Amino acid sequence: MALTTITADAEPVFHLEEEHAHAEGGSTMLGFWLYLMSDCLIFAMLFAAFGVLGGNYAAGPAPKDLFDLGLVAVNTTMLLLSSITYGFAMLTMDKGRVGATQGWLAVTMLFGLAFLSIELYEFAHMIREGATPQRSAFLSSFFTLVGTHGLHVTFGIVWMVTLMVQVARYGLIKANRRRLMCLSMFWHFLDVVWIGVFTFVYLMGMLR
Amino acid sequence: MSAHDHADHDLVHGGAAHGSLKGYLIGFVLSVILTAIPFWMVMTGAIDNKQATAIIIMAFAVVQIVVHMVFFLHMNPASEGGWSMLALIFTVILVVIVLSGSLWVMYHLNANMMPGLHEMREMP
Repeated sequence: MALTTITADAEPVFHLEEEHAHAEGGSTMLGFWLYLMSDCLIFAMLFAAFGVLGGNYAAGPAPKDLFDLGLVAVNTTMLLLSSITYGFAMLTMDKGRVGATQGWLAVTMLFGLAFLSIELYEFAHMIREGATPQRSAFLSSFFTLVGTHGLHVTFGIVWMVTLMVQVARYGLIKANRRRLMCLSMFWHFLDVVWIGVFTFVYLMGMLR
Repeated sequence: MSAHDHADHDLVHGGAAHGSLKGYLIGFVLSVILTAIPFWMVMTGAIDNKQATAIIIMAFAVVQIVVHMVFFLHMNPASEGGWSMLALIFTVILVVIVLSGSLWVMYHLNANMMPGLHEMREMP
């Protein structure tokens, strides 16, 4: 500590001469959490836009004509299963078992890919029927909201592949564990957003 | 204890610590139940009143979000010395203002608009 009395010959010190050491990555989790919260605000805007515009069909198709709740239920199951398998990956990571961690990550990635495929199939089906984003304000806001979530899942999968390569190369070193924990938060966060999507967009849409 | 050890300790036990197998399984079972019931309600039309159904499925969503936060994201008031929770509370307040504010203002704007072509056609 640099608390000194100022005397005539001593230079006054206005800062701590030695900042206490911050361990590398010590605040990564909090920082990543703050990023997720800002991401949450992006989704809040998109939800608000959908809430306002969701009823403006412009004499086009309404949710009842487009949504297949069975498909959405399967999709939701995929994302939920991927959440729990990522949890298993984290548990095996704690035990330092590289093979099992990689295995669970691969399973998580497959569930994520299944989710994306179903969502893309749904989008393709809608667009084939003429329900494109240009059709009505409802469809614009629908594709923006659900598409943004899908993009997040896509980047999550890219990140997961990257980390699997990292773990294969360097093992479960501290840096890789920190990265896997960040991706864990990201992945579970996407599941939380999806709860909002299937409730607010799909289920409430069918009730309109 | 060196700084290095301390960091390692923080990474494993501090902040967004991992759950246990039991925690993950409880969270998973709860979310399956909390997902299945709203889908069942809407798909079968179990309750005739649409507004009541909407309120109930929204309540289920809120509970499920809390379940995910606790069991999957391992939120607790102590993580990161309380800063995670503080950021979360701040975000939730903003989200509530954005959502309820937008819906409220835009609904009233629509309600107070000049009658559009659509309504005019239906006028006598």
